[in-house]
Amino acid sequence: MDLADRGDGTTAGGIGRYLLSHLREYGLLFALIAIMVFFQIVTEGTLLKPVNITNLFLQNSYIIIMALGMLVVIVSGNIDLSVGSVMGFVGALAAVMIVEWGWPVALTIPACLVVGIVIGAAQGYWVAYWKIPSFIVTLAGMLVFRGLSLWLLEGQSVGPFPKSFQLLSTGFVPDIFGIGKPNGTALAAGALAVAAIVWMGLKARARNRQYGIEDEPAAFFVTRNLIVAGALLFVTYKLSTFRGLPNVLISMAVLTIVYAFLTENTTLGRRIYALGGNEKAAKLSGIKTERLTFLAFVNMGMLAALAGLIFAARLNTATPKAGFAVELDVIAAVFIGGASMSGGVGKIVGAVVGAFIMGVMNNGMSIMGIGIDYQQVIKGLVLLAAVFFDVYNKHKQA
Amino acid sequence: MTPLLEMRAITKTFPGVKALDRVSLSVREGEIHALVGENGAGKSTLMKVLSGVYPAGSYDGDILYDGRPIAFAGIADSEAKGIIIIHQELALVPLLSIAENLFLGNERAKGGIIDWRDTFRRTEDLLKKVGLSETPATLVDSLGVGKQQLVEIAKALSKDVRLLILDEPTAALSEADSQALLDLLLDLKAHGVTSIIISHKLNEVRRVADTVTVIRDGTTVSTMDARTEDITEARIVRDMVGRDMAHRYPERDRRAGEVILDLRDWNVWHPEHAGRQVIKSANLTVRKGEVVGIAGLMGSGRTELAMSLFGRSYGRNISGEVAIHGRTVDVSTVPKAIAAGLAYVTEDRKSLGLILDETIQRNITLTNLPAVSSNGVITEARETQVAEKYRAAMNIRTPSVFQKVMNLSGGNQQKVVLSKWLFAGPEVLILDEPTRGIDVGAKFEIYGIINGLSAEGKGVIMISSEMPELLGMCDRIYVMNEGALVGELTAAEASQERIMSLIVTD
Repeated sequence: MDLADRGDGTTAGGIGRYLLSHLREYGLLFALIAIMVFFQIVTEGTLLKPVNITNLFLQNSYIIIMALGMLVVIVSGNIDLSVGSVMGFVGALAAVMIVEWGWPVALTIPACLVVGIVIGAAQGYWVAYWKIPSFIVTLAGMLVFRGLSLWLLEGQSVGPFPKSFQLLSTGFVPDIFGIGKPNGTALAAGALAVAAIVWMGLKARARNRQYGIEDEPAAFFVTRNLIVAGALLFVTYKLSTFRGLPNVLISMAVLTIVYAFLTENTTLGRRIYALGGNEKAAKLSGIKTERLTFLAFVNMGMLAALAGLIFAARLNTATPKAGFAVELDVIAAVFIGGASMSGGVGKIVGAVVGAFIMGVMNNGMSIMGIGIDYQQVIKGLVLLAAVFFDVYNKHKQA
Repeated sequence: MTPLLEMRAITKTFPGVKALDRVSLSVREGEIHALVGENGAGKSTLMKVLSGVYPAGSYDGDILYDGRPIAFAGIADSEAKGIIIIHQELALVPLLSIAENLFLGNERAKGGIIDWRDTFRRTEDLLKKVGLSETPATLVDSLGVGKQQLVEIAKALSKDVRLLILDEPTAALSEADSQALLDLLLDLKAHGVTSIIISHKLNEVRRVADTVTVIRDGTTVSTMDARTEDITEARIVRDMVGRDMAHRYPERDRRAGEVILDLRDWNVWHPEHAGRQVIKSANLTVRKGEVVGIAGLMGSGRTELAMSLFGRSYGRNISGEVAIHGRTVDVSTVPKAIAAGLAYVTEDRKSLGLILDETIQRNITLTNLPAVSSNGVITEARETQVAEKYRAAMNIRTPSVFQKVMNLSGGNQQKVVLSKWLFAGPEVLILDEPTRGIDVGAKFEIYGIINGLSAEGKGVIMISSEMPELLGMCDRIYVMNEGALVGELTAAEASQERIMSLIVTD
């Protein structure tokens, strides 16, 4: 009774079996939809109003951007608790550079990103080359950078920022077609995105058939694509009737695509999954595991810095409280998105959807006027439920 | 007189492997019973059945203890009956004191508060019994392996042991420590404790054992009584290894070419214990198309030799020279070793060889991703082609190369590991226990693959604890003991008796 025999069943199996083996991926998508429908109803349509959709993106952009880096860190088998503090610190640094030292925006942004990279490198060095657990190193980093932001701002809020800096977060892409309302760029972008997704899906299916890979049943493929396409068109249409595409949405989308490509299609990404899946085996396969761990933290530092800039630009001020406890939201998003605590498992798209689930819940509950106390409780339970779902699934498959 | 312990027709199967096939064992009260057999014969499995590590119901057969049938659900049950097993890997907590270790899980306490006075007094008594002159507060960490072994025995005594099982207790001990341990066993016997001792060292077996049971391939071969007959080492060895070797190994054209790998004066020290030399000036050569074996007991340093050679993955203060095709090469990191033409197929495929949660395809291409990518971007079609090629060549039985390796049987997993290393394009492959834990059919296939490698002109180093396998496969066999290569035999000279005698008489 060879376990490999069980594999035969899946190829021959029907839709039910396919769904069961991919429950996690579909589950996540359906969970997001269900949560949105729920809040759409209980908020009496406020959730999906154009202005609120725009707000959803603006509010969650920095979480999503950091979730991209956090996914890489978690897949590599580590964790970064310092991202909230680093984000706050870099925001504070930007404020001091621009407002107090009078640096131009064009110089401040790259300088802050470099500072983020250096911070990531400093933490990654201890984790990668001295094998100090990342939990400890980044816990230390969390305290250090929280303290440094306080010191930098001397406990005060610093602002406001010049207009050009605020555009990082609150700017909108102008309508290149000159229609105005609805915004033509937004509509065109939505249509293009849908076309690209469907085209890539079809290409993948053709390839799967060619190599005899277990394929998604046609009905599923069509339904899933219809839902995704419908959702995309719906959201871009709604955005177009307000002010169009926020700049931040573009950066988020581009970064998501870049990181999804990096993790899924490059040797670098493959090696990070290998490192997290089994560090010793990866090392014995000739993979420079220390360097990869180091790079994962460098990358995280850079994205935390970017998030810090965007967050400061959105608030138009840097406060000592900025980024407080944000690391927990970021980490929760990644785990809700299906990453494994032990490393080697997780997808960029999952992390982004996880972040949206958290974002929609935050937003919806705030509209409903649920107190911050209950909000925390509910978010905590959702995280536990998502991870329990993973563990339960794995248990049942074993 | 009814025996203290009687195991009747014990059968235990693991997925794909029958580890024990109707094994019987009978142990009398107050004797020292030696259990001998090759690695993988089933000795440790049998003892795990006895001690409840494999609970009742997971095996077939009966166990009678004191004449009554017993069914243990776990170790706690067997310990309650006074059956205590001391495993090869000691189970002490290094950073706790001797006293704390002795009474771990069995603390001398009233209402949850430990009575240290009583604990220390009892510890002193127990240490006196086993002849260990250390204070109860000494940390286990600071003791040598020999003394730790004594602490384990003291721990067994603290639980009112009736039947003590020792799994290769002297494997890691020096000569003097071994003698002390054997004397202690004889002393315990005088006090009425019955022991079962698993050992490879036949001189020790002869010295202490009253009865010897030989197990081979999961069945009982013979039981000898030292009081009524003379047990010679030659007889034990014959029973241990005597099996039909015809047709178990596929034929191969044996044609060794020029020297590919030349290892000179290789020395390695233990990574943690600074003073311990693990490999002692080893010299070894491998020729083109040659299969070279390394025989030796577990712990003799074979794996350490291989791993230190492969990118210094083990040990420190490594010295010596490696030449491939006559040119000295740098093998100081794994990528450099791979580039120099080495590949190491680990003995521990699950924790060191494979990424279990990944697909077959991704495991195979991991050693040489640049070959399936351009500018760092992986071409999945090319990757799938490579995986399919190896699936066909190695006959990996799987519905698709997108199956997770976790779902494969041991033999098929091993084929994935071999594929992965062939894809790296090595000149010399070091195969560490390539057939461990896989069934007979898959073993034969692996032998065929090894012969194929040799026909292609690769050099193969084969480390194995199964001597028949080495004899059936290798052109030359090095014998390793305590970190040194103590002998080198050609295929014509080699026999199990000669190898065994090189090991046991050292």
